[in-house]
Amino acid sequence: MYNYPDKLGHFGPYGGIYVAETLMGALEELNQAYEKYRHDPAFIAELNDDLKHYVGRPSPIYHARHLSGHLGGAQIYLKREDLNHTGAHKVNNTVGQALLAKRMGKKRVIAETGAGQHGVATATVAARYGMECVVYMGSADVQRQSPNVYRMKLLGATVVPVESGSKTLKDALNEAMRDWVTNIEHTFYIIGTVAGPHPYPMMVRDFNSVVSRECVVQMPEQTGQQPDVVIACVGGGSNAMGIFYHYIDMPGVRLIGVEAGGHGIASGQHAAPLTSNSPVGVLHGNKTYLMQDANGQIIETHSISAGLDYPGVGPEHSWLKDSGRAEYVAINDEEALAAFHELCHFEGIIPALESSHALAYAMKIAPTLSREKILLVNLSGRGDKDINTVAGLSGITL
Amino acid sequence: MSRIQSTFDKLAQQRRKALIPFFTAGDPSPAFTVPLMHTLVEAGADIIELGVPFSDPMADGPVIQRASERALKHLVTLHQVLDWVAEFRKRNVLTPIVLMGYGNPIEAMGWETFARRCAEVGVDGVLTVDFPPEESHEAFAHLAAHCIDPIFLLAPTSTDARIERVARQARGYVYYVSLKGVTGAGHLDLAAIAGKIPELRRHIKLPIGVGFGIRDGETARSVAGLCDGVVVGSRIVQLIEDSPEQEVLARVGELVKALRFAVDQA
Ligand SMILES: Cc1ncc(COP(=O)(O)O)c(C=O)c1O
Repeated sequence: MYNYPDKLGHFGPYGGIYVAETLMGALEELNQAYEKYRHDPAFIAELNDDLKHYVGRPSPIYHARHLSGHLGGAQIYLKREDLNHTGAHKVNNTVGQALLAKRMGKKRVIAETGAGQHGVATATVAARYGMECVVYMGSADVQRQSPNVYRMKLLGATVVPVESGSKTLKDALNEAMRDWVTNIEHTFYIIGTVAGPHPYPMMVRDFNSVVSRECVVQMPEQTGQQPDVVIACVGGGSNAMGIFYHYIDMPGVRLIGVEAGGHGIASGQHAAPLTSNSPVGVLHGNKTYLMQDANGQIIETHSISAGLDYPGVGPEHSWLKDSGRAEYVAINDEEALAAFHELCHFEGIIPALESSHALAYAMKIAPTLSREKILLVNLSGRGDKDINTVAGLSGITL
Repeated sequence: MSRIQSTFDKLAQQRRKALIPFFTAGDPSPAFTVPLMHTLVEAGADIIELGVPFSDPMADGPVIQRASERALKHLVTLHQVLDWVAEFRKRNVLTPIVLMGYGNPIEAMGWETFARRCAEVGVDGVLTVDFPPEESHEAFAHLAAHCIDPIFLLAPTSTDARIERVARQARGYVYYVSLKGVTGAGHLDLAAIAGKIPELRRHIKLPIGVGFGIRDGETARSVAGLCDGVVVGSRIVQLIEDSPEQEVLARVGELVKALRFAVDQA
């Protein structure tokens, strides 16, 4: 039985609690609260009720017949996280953390966001539960994900553009940490991926694991079997951990995480620490594979997709890579963009650019596999937020 | 006896408190680091905390973030910082040097190499902001092997159990973060510090330095009255940022002299 992390949040050599003393008290408080409520029937009932009636779970699994037929190989099935309220898997986690915040008596929530999906999902639940909400977002991402910035504002959140460093997700995370340490008594930090210090990687995974909990029931109902391969994109890795989790103990199911290859691994301009064999390091509270220079400075990443533009990766993925349980590959900007258009064309679904990476890899291997093989792709979000980016790349201004 | 310990012992005999200025190595540019260190000592510093620049200084406010960015523009590395300490030691063998920064540059160098280099060049203590006692065993075993003191932070939110734990692992001195927030924030609460220090002293037998948010002589004097040493960082770094290069040394010297005077009034 897979049983990670340990009590201090270690997944093998990865994870842990690498934060300043000023945050340790808050993390201990969070840890105790999470341990208290994660098995509490009243908490679980409230969470499930909101997941059903507010988020719209369970999300369906859809057989992409036309796309599969066109590719002429394995059958591609899509777990439709894009159909969740707010349009991505991120809300599975924010509902969970907001309910926890409520029980802890915290009236203010903060979040970092890259693509804006986690920011929107946080602003949404903050409105739903009557909490003040501040979202930190790199100023480069504010530019490329402007529809989501406006959505957050409509929902009553304050969006703070972050100008430091590379002005993307990692800098937003730094700034959120600084806010948290300053307002620690009444603020709950809702981290949006399986990174950060313990207990976040575990907690965010647990809240997202509802995805694979549904899949292990839905797939046999729909296809008479579990999938041969499960594929998900990996930024920090929360949608991937969500759809991997209940398959980890099923050795017959291959798990593949797809990182952002940007302009190609060889170009150095990517966001693929696992695929590029980056050194192990410490950032944002945990030890993990990390894109850095020879002197331990974090380097700037590149991806067409703001949600994948992150130099690290959740520590559990580092462990799944080392242990061989999951494989990690990269898909570059062009391939992701092509997959984006193909899904629009063949299935009438506009996928998020993040999810398009997972889809692109499925489309790459499907023709090499027989028609009986089943690939389950986590369609982690919808692409409405990306239409400006995609239009821009096609030379169109909206 | 370590240089840090003998420094505090001597101060205690004189009934004086330690003045511990901080600045980021390589800021405003590499040529300044060693001269600034000497300037600090001449102006009355007892211990120097030398910041090692990092790309993602999560526990720092904007002032020290910008200092890190300036240093990194000059491609300052941990290797270079160690070389500067060696250079400083050619003229000064008495003033303790504490390297303060984040763990990743050290992880990249390897703790074994780092600890050996620290001992070679004359570093006395290491404060890794994002390595709490929970994650420090292996790293600090290497420091201990080379008699380098691990300096730990304690915070207003530190529980009794955590204070006790730090008391067991810390050497040199313990650095009490005087406010809830990042470096350079401006809401230091003297009464809260006065209330917390006795709590710390129950477990901590080492000297206690207090820092974060000390910006003027008046505050430095009041804080010095409550503990064994006063750390001043953002105020100095701000002055470095605001000064034309040819005036950096003189202005920093003046500021530190004023702080020295204030601390000695405690
Ligand atoms: C739709 C979608 N998928 C994936 C991601 C990447 O995050 P993670 O790797 O944590 O799932 C994001 C992040 O913003 C996203 O919006």
